[in-house]
Amino acid sequence: MRFSAYRTESFYDEMFQDDGTPRPHVRLLVDTIESLSDGHLLRYQRAAERLLLQMGITFNVYGDTAGTERIFPFDLIPRIISAGEWDLIERGLVQRIHALNAFIDDIYHDQKILKDGVIPADVILSAASYRKQCHGLNPPWRVWCHITGTDLVRDRDGCFYVLEDNLRVPSGVSYVLENREVLKRIFPAVFEGLSVRPVNEYPSRLLEMLESLSPGEQNPRVVLLTPGIYNSAYFEHSFLAQQMGVQLVEGRDLVVSGGDVFMRTTKGLERVHVIYRRVDDDFLDPEVFRADSMLGVPGLMAVYRAGRVALANAPGNGVADDKVIYAYVPDMIRYYDGEDAILPNVPTYLCWRDADRQYVLEHLAELVVKSANESGGYGMLVGPHSTRAAQEEFAVRIQANPRNYIAQPTLALSRAPTIVDDHFEGRHVDLRPYVLCGKEISVLPGGLTRVAMKKGSLVVNSSQGGGSKDTWVLAPGGQS
Amino acid sequence: MITPAQPLLSRVADAVYWMARYIERAENVARFLDVNHNLMLDLPGVFSSQWQPIINTTGDRALFAERYGEATQQNAVRFLAFDAEYPNSIHSCILAARENARSVRETISSEMWQQINTLYLMITEEARKAAPESLPEFCHEVRMGCHLFEGITHSTVSHNEAWHFISAGRRLERADKTTRILDVKYFILLPSVADVGTPFDDVQWAALLKSVSGFEMYRKKYGRIAPERIVEFLLLDGEFPRAVRYSIGQTDEALHSITGTPRGGFSCASEQRIGLLRSELDFARVEAILEGGLHEFFDALQTKMNTIDECIGNDFFARRAEGARVWV
Repeated sequence: MRFSAYRTESFYDEMFQDDGTPRPHVRLLVDTIESLSDGHLLRYQRAAERLLLQMGITFNVYGDTAGTERIFPFDLIPRIISAGEWDLIERGLVQRIHALNAFIDDIYHDQKILKDGVIPADVILSAASYRKQCHGLNPPWRVWCHITGTDLVRDRDGCFYVLEDNLRVPSGVSYVLENREVLKRIFPAVFEGLSVRPVNEYPSRLLEMLESLSPGEQNPRVVLLTPGIYNSAYFEHSFLAQQMGVQLVEGRDLVVSGGDVFMRTTKGLERVHVIYRRVDDDFLDPEVFRADSMLGVPGLMAVYRAGRVALANAPGNGVADDKVIYAYVPDMIRYYDGEDAILPNVPTYLCWRDADRQYVLEHLAELVVKSANESGGYGMLVGPHSTRAAQEEFAVRIQANPRNYIAQPTLALSRAPTIVDDHFEGRHVDLRPYVLCGKEISVLPGGLTRVAMKKGSLVVNSSQGGGSKDTWVLAPGGQS
Repeated sequence: MITPAQPLLSRVADAVYWMARYIERAENVARFLDVNHNLMLDLPGVFSSQWQPIINTTGDRALFAERYGEATQQNAVRFLAFDAEYPNSIHSCILAARENARSVRETISSEMWQQINTLYLMITEEARKAAPESLPEFCHEVRMGCHLFEGITHSTVSHNEAWHFISAGRRLERADKTTRILDVKYFILLPSVADVGTPFDDVQWAALLKSVSGFEMYRKKYGRIAPERIVEFLLLDGEFPRAVRYSIGQTDEALHSITGTPRGGFSCASEQRIGLLRSELDFARVEAILEGGLHEFFDALQTKMNTIDECIGNDFFARRAEGARVWV
């Protein structure tokens, strides 16, 4: 397969420049792919899909009773990020996570940023993800966002923008690791001559970070708390537990007794020190949050408050994940660190502001409207791709609850060549790097590149038919 | 200092035990089908459709009658191999094994998971067809798939507590199923007095031995085909891995490895029960068993093994009453 018929059209393309020549850092990759004889690439593509199915790398689709497991579509052509681009991303993320931690800690203590009028108090107190139960909590090193999966996109200008912060229980990192494994196994030649930074040290980094949160025990026991096998990210939970060598537990495996958290084993109760929880705040402890939760552990929050167990991510951190509060992150960076944001936000209209709402209602056909607290591509309107009726429905919803809606210009997301039938076509992509934050902040050199597999679609979420690509960050000094 | 072993969650112990039981069950159902089919091919025309007896040995005769009626080969194969509503079909067993494996994917090795998943993909593919193109081929594939799983299990996970639960589940299930395979011969082809000792009878016994992969080992040990010796071999042999006594002995060892109780004693109900059964088999004589009636002996044996299973549940999985487990 060759790229000769491939067109970037009017989009920023991850591999090709506007004149159709490969970007310097991907030239070698283009050569390797074009040097394959006919049919090879498609054969590899099918082999990769078969392998993913065999490995059982699947996700569950809510509300789909027939085949509840599906493979996450995988495109063989990697997405490459140059060392220079990565340097900017990395610095930008470290800066952002630092400010977000400072913000959350402030919100649950003195609320200086509200008192100083940088962010209106109403906006915080009305956020659905604000947890008053978390006031006065002091997680180790005052870190609230231990694991973050920030969504970045590129617009037509080629610049990276932060689209969402995903602080609560971000998922997808297992696909980053497995995609790399699959590509190495199926198409090893594609790596030749390039120095691609490895991603497989992530589980070790994650474990070290989690162990470092332990309340002063010598041999901390870390567990990963999952909602169970019917959760859409169950594969990832078991994968990470397995890779870290820690126990994967469900709420019913844990019990609070005498001020500590224990797990039930064949030989009795064993104390747990650190819980990497993949259960949402609401379901974590029925005594504190939702009383009807069957997934959590009664009494867990009291143990956490007493500092006898560590939780990652820290409950309550979702307050900074609200899409309205997102709009203030550049202000937070300026307020807490006195710096300008390295990675810009996407310009955002906040519907609770009269002028913004007015503008949004008049321009629904051009904007992307999102509800403040939903994720996974749900509860959103992509103006240019929407019907008149859908726009009218959103207009009603916005007017009924302006606090709950934001709008952003429809970005011309960058595209990357993707195998479609027997040729390449441009498909829109985003990038979700993963950031770990314990005593220090570290960014996994890579990330999840999600691809909107449908022609022209801008929605990359797996629940909406998105796929993924292996994502390469090139080492400095290599081909960049 | 030696780092102590990670404790094992009760839920996980339960799941790996049942994962192993279901894989072993699937393998043995494939063996039933294979031996029965094989026997049918050797029988003279008029007898050549004896599928009812094999249904009887499963203990699910009424269910079969209700759902299928007549015991034709096609119905029996559909029921035992592919019926998703019948909890002991090969299809259901592999599914249940996989669901259990899925719930403990971090405990088992990736290789184990991949193999169970491969089996699952194979069986769901086969289940879509009206019938397998070749029943013996299909049975062979299931058997080999299960063997591969066992081998992968043996050599890719530490032989720790979880592994001993896997081992206990597999051995106990195997002991139970070997008694049922022996029952097939007794139930069905109850030899007419005239047939006993004829070459025809020999062929049947040889087929039965082959169905538990025991023909060659039996030959090496006993030479001539003799029914009492075959019963002795499959029931009381201390070295053949599918023999009941050997399997019970291994289950006993696994439980002792789990609890750390020295051999010859017990610290919980399951150990006590399995110890009793082990000694019974260690000191049994096949002649006495045959005198008392082989089928009756099997019935009693199966009841004892069921009790042992219940005791294992109470002793180690504890939260049984919460109905949390994935098993049928």
